[in-house]
Amino acid sequence: MPDTITIDAKDMHYTPLNKKIREAVNDGAKEIIIENVLGQRFIGNGLRGDDVEIKVKGVPGGDIAMFMSGPHVTVYGNCDHAPGNTMDAGVLVIHGSSGDATAHSMRGGEVYVRDDIGYRGGIHMKAYHEKRPVLVVGGQAKAFLGEYMAGGILIVLGMNQDFAVNERGIGSGIHGGMIFVRGDVDENLLGIGAKKEQADMDDLKTIRIYIEKFADYFGFDSDEILKSGFTKIVPASARPFANKYCWE
Amino acid sequence: MTIGSTPVKYRIKIDQDLCMLCERCIENCSYGVFRREGQKIVPDFRKCTACHRCIAMCPRDAITLEEKPNDYRSHPLWTREAREAIYNQANSGRIILSGMGNAKDYPVIFDRLVLDACQVTNPSIDPLREPMELRTYIGKKPRKIEINTVKEGDYELKTKIAPNLKLETPVMIGHMSYGAISLNAQLAMAKAVNKVGTFMGTGEGGLHKDLYPYQNNMIVQIASGRFGVDINYLERGAAIEIKIGQGAKPGIGGHLPGEKVAEDVSKTRMIPLHSDAISPAPHHDIYSIEDLAQLVRSLKEATEWKKPVFVKIAAVHNVAAIAAGIAKSSADAVVIDGFRGGTGAAPRVFRDHVGIPVEAAIAAVDDKLREQGIRNEVSIIASGGLRDSADVTKAIALGADAVYIGTAALIAMGCRVCGSCYRGLCPWGIATQRPELVSRINTDEAAQNVENLINGWTLELAELMGAAGINSIESLRGNRDRLRGYLLDEGIMEVLDVKMIGA
Ligand code: SF4
Ligand code: SF4
Repeated sequence: MPDTITIDAKDMHYTPLNKKIREAVNDGAKEIIIENVLGQRFIGNGLRGDDVEIKVKGVPGGDIAMFMSGPHVTVYGNCDHAPGNTMDAGVLVIHGSSGDATAHSMRGGEVYVRDDIGYRGGIHMKAYHEKRPVLVVGGQAKAFLGEYMAGGILIVLGMNQDFAVNERGIGSGIHGGMIFVRGDVDENLLGIGAKKEQADMDDLKTIRIYIEKFADYFGFDSDEILKSGFTKIVPASARPFANKYCWE
Repeated sequence: MTIGSTPVKYRIKIDQDLCMLCERCIENCSYGVFRREGQKIVPDFRKCTACHRCIAMCPRDAITLEEKPNDYRSHPLWTREAREAIYNQANSGRIILSGMGNAKDYPVIFDRLVLDACQVTNPSIDPLREPMELRTYIGKKPRKIEINTVKEGDYELKTKIAPNLKLETPVMIGHMSYGAISLNAQLAMAKAVNKVGTFMGTGEGGLHKDLYPYQNNMIVQIASGRFGVDINYLERGAAIEIKIGQGAKPGIGGHLPGEKVAEDVSKTRMIPLHSDAISPAPHHDIYSIEDLAQLVRSLKEATEWKKPVFVKIAAVHNVAAIAAGIAKSSADAVVIDGFRGGTGAAPRVFRDHVGIPVEAAIAAVDDKLREQGIRNEVSIIASGGLRDSADVTKAIALGADAVYIGTAALIAMGCRVCGSCYRGLCPWGIATQRPELVSRINTDEAAQNVENLINGWTLELAELMGAAGINSIESLRGNRDRLRGYLLDEGIMEVLDVKMIGA
């Protein structure tokens, strides 16, 4: 088996496509190039392999890299619904925009989106010990960003836009993790349980490494990005529901 | 001080002539009811939850407990519960949390359905002499079977059969998560289902490594919080269940308070120590039946189509249409949890007032799926307050393939339905994470009890079937002619599609 294999996905259903990808990984392929992807869902679902690189050419359907644990996936096109859903480890780089619920419940690994994401981005991301998921969005995010976030880092850069996030419900119910938004965020857009802080030097140090990777993947100047101010959104409390209940 | 204190709910008496001051009641009560004062054991009534641990452990049977010894002025509308809930909320301004199942006095439909038995013309079957087929397969069945003739008289199956769960009895144990209940409680049930040849659910808390040896009898659950969910977890389960709703609290999410997220629970759920574990009401990647179908298929893709995927919903008004959508989402089974389903913690107003009884839901779903010609393709699992083998038999006759039990399995391990699970102090070692309480469950003994319970019910089920002239569970399923309604109103009879007694 050669190190690189190419799969032509033209007119192929997602199940045989995923089967081919799995087979290639099992046979020891290190680089898998998938051509002519057009709406196939679940690419790389539950796939393992820390040293595997997958290049997706075209526009994949929903749930790409869901439950994925290890591989490095690059998409040369836009992504549909929930890329990186409940991802465990690995990297997903999207040269374009992605749909709603990007990085939903992500629990490890990194997702980089060059352009915009849809609604509910990074919702329910969580962290555990060394597993700290990261979502970096180059463009804009829609409403309900980082709701119920329980861990990890979410960065929205809003490149070439007036605002990185200009819709409501940011961080409703957030009880862990951090959201960094380039520029300012209107206080009224924050959800219940979220509070705004100015990012300090330590924070910038934390996000620098991801912004450098982002800049590297998509050909931006990281210093230029890091020059701007960032708003940090964090939980107002680690126990948002602590005062909601009494005993029978 | 406007309200003051309310009367005690339980009065404990200790017969001083019998008591030998062994102090076992003090040791056993995790709520701190008992203390010793000189040559006497003195109880603090107000702390009692009627968990009965003290009574069960007293070597002298010296303890008695009375419920509601001091009632308010009686009133049919303003009951004690109604008044005390108001006092409670007038004091706190919060949502009242409760445990276990619906505590309202709704009529139990199961109790108004009677089973049939054969007499002269159609003889009954003796399960001692005749084989009774209780084996149940849960999962997708093909619409039709195609075979290839290999050579003269030799055939092979052409149709690819989807993976099914093979149950030796139609009784499974439903999902109670690690976090809500203790590891020892889970372990005991896991050992039992493994012995009996049936299955249990992990709940939404992930799968503790001590349960790995029993993984072939476990159904892993994926809820909105996605706790403990990764590819290893999905691959370990014999089946995967997507939890959309739960009978005890339809329409709302779950919440395990940070205090209960102890070291091992945090590891199993994959969340930081002592952080709240919040499962929001919806799955945020599901906003339509198409999205649900996507999650079902996503789980199948991730596990290479080797595992059946179930979808669990709470029984609500529109349950039949929802179940039909689920059946078409390529799910292998739909789980319907009725409004008597138990829980570790639910807002009391939900537990007692939201949802519908599972009896009606099973019948409605079974009808709808038949009407659409897809009943044979998908399994129905019913749960929510099943108390005995008669309930199981009736649930199957109404249209279920199998049932989940929950509270009944806990009772088999000692639970006395005190309803205080949400406090995390369960003196029986079940709904708690405190090591000293958890260790009260001897997993082998408790496993034996659960195993005995399921075996007992299974024997009774076989007898009931035999009496009705049925020798296979398949012939009981949806066989509503074996049921008659007794003192049920016409409307309910119509929903259940059963005849009246005497008809
Ligand atoms: S357990 Fe029974 S005998 Fe022992 S101290 Fe308590 S009441 Fe007395
Ligand atoms: S599990 Fe424990 S706390 Fe819950 S009802 Fe049963 S005995 Fe009470």
